[in-house]
Amino acid sequence: MIKRGALILVAVLAVGLAGFAAFAWRPAIARIAPPAASSFSPQLVAQGEILAGAGYCATCHTAKGGKPFAGGYPMQTSFGTIYSSNITPDPETGVGAWSQAAFARAMRQGVAQNGSHLFPAFPYDHFNKLTDADIAALYAFIMTRPPVSAPPVRNRLPFPLNIRALQAGWKLLFFHPQPFAPNPARGAEWNRGAYLAEGLSHCGACHTPRNALGAERKDKAYAGAPIDNWVAPPLTRANPSPAPWTEDELFAYLRSGVARYHGVSAGPMAPVVHAGLSKLPDSDIHALATYFGEIGGGQAREADTGPVVEKALAADRLGTGLQYDAPARLYAAACASCHYNNAKGPNPLRPDLALNSAVNLDDPTNLIRVTLYGLDAKSGAPGIVMPGFARFSDADVARIAAYLRATRTTKAPWPDLEKKVAAIRAQGKGKE
Amino acid sequence: MTSFTINGRAVSVDVDDDTPLLWVIRDEIGLTGSKFGCGIGLCGACTVHVGGRATRSCVTPVSAVDGAQVTTIEGLDPADEHPVQQAWRALQVPQCGYCQSGQIMQAAALLKDFPSPTDEDIDAVMTGNLCRCMTYVRIRAAVKQAAQALANGAIPNLTAAKGAKA
Repeated sequence: MIKRGALILVAVLAVGLAGFAAFAWRPAIARIAPPAASSFSPQLVAQGEILAGAGYCATCHTAKGGKPFAGGYPMQTSFGTIYSSNITPDPETGVGAWSQAAFARAMRQGVAQNGSHLFPAFPYDHFNKLTDADIAALYAFIMTRPPVSAPPVRNRLPFPLNIRALQAGWKLLFFHPQPFAPNPARGAEWNRGAYLAEGLSHCGACHTPRNALGAERKDKAYAGAPIDNWVAPPLTRANPSPAPWTEDELFAYLRSGVARYHGVSAGPMAPVVHAGLSKLPDSDIHALATYFGEIGGGQAREADTGPVVEKALAADRLGTGLQYDAPARLYAAACASCHYNNAKGPNPLRPDLALNSAVNLDDPTNLIRVTLYGLDAKSGAPGIVMPGFARFSDADVARIAAYLRATRTTKAPWPDLEKKVAAIRAQGKGKE
Repeated sequence: MTSFTINGRAVSVDVDDDTPLLWVIRDEIGLTGSKFGCGIGLCGACTVHVGGRATRSCVTPVSAVDGAQVTTIEGLDPADEHPVQQAWRALQVPQCGYCQSGQIMQAAALLKDFPSPTDEDIDAVMTGNLCRCMTYVRIRAAVKQAAQALANGAIPNLTAAKGAKA
């Protein structure tokens, strides 16, 4: 009896496995000889360069100090470390043997030329929205980069997560590709912004929280999420910045990295602005600003800016005279020389801490990171830096954070700040 | 390898990324006008300009200024005639002098953001620059005198390059 039961079990398992294998299997697409650069029009390549910028291809496909697009950049996920692939047109280690059909399948379905499933660290769940024309331009740009022989770095994923075929199951659960569909109730600019945000620029990849299996939670689109030891703030009405993210503020931030009433682009957002979106024309940045100006409700709140800024400037004057309180003294000595603004209004290069997103978020991570490690000349406002105060004790960094939270906002104090500072210090400065 | 310009001159230095900018300025490049005080960004003696903004160089890792423009006290004005320097001399601000290059660099940056500063503005921005000789009253007076000179048309030659004066 037991024997028979076991036989049935084995049979069911075998059939199931075979069924899953058939379901997960994707054919290879025939390898091609790398196309000659002259087979692509210069206009198409130039368009592809803009699009590759706005999709941040180089940000993830270039290792620190490595050749552009040659891969090997580590992406820490909650499942393990995944190393980006070489997308230069080297036929052996890159994508040189990929036809445009194979490239399009990777972008739209997350399947490599040889038929293996790609991990969703590659945001094909966004790229599937791209138009044929945009995919053709990206292909032209990628295939005309200098080929680099760089063998793939082995991912550090535990068994069985390293089995690529299982990704078919993930796709069944979470991947529902559909081409971008314009919203007829909105204008062309809004729809252009939506196309960029949802597709190529994959804003949700960082700003939308993920479920236990790493898929973006569509019911919490843009609700904010942790990313690379930073916090990607909510882009919805839940964004806690006191000043509204109007279209003007969004445009300034996405174009220059500096928003007068919110602060500067730091952490993983710095290359988004300075190395990625910088390739897009102003019209596309306006489109993104229009889209997020509505999603976050900031444009509708435009009239709040004046009173909110006035209140912030009043708070700004705290802690600038003779001080006896230890946190206020730290602020006066270490922060005020650069962050103080007088009643004439916030200077965007003196980021106002009462208005700053980092001081207003529910999580102090971004504020602590910037305090400890500063910002280099390529982050934030280009060409200027913030020094790092890592030589302060955990207690002093915590004191400054608690002081700013208490004096610059009306929000609840952050709990366990000193432990949080120690934890962030232990994580280290991280990648740039 | 980190490359930047210092007082208009292009330099490349091959040191650890975390090396403080101040050490590079003093030990590698040989400009010793910027001083080491506390080493933790709390006294202002090491203040230089990065991209025209006052920056504590003792807590700025050199890698952070890759591609940026750094100005030290030696490069503030080609003839040491920046209105702040003139006011400093006219009012005999320094006593021992150790903190003064930081004070002057901070004051020069202050006047760009606050061209006619109030006492409150000066106190808020200059509090991070300590002076053990307690020259604060003269510093405040000199900042105001320099502001007046600038308002009257004195033009600081901030972008001029000057040879290294070690």
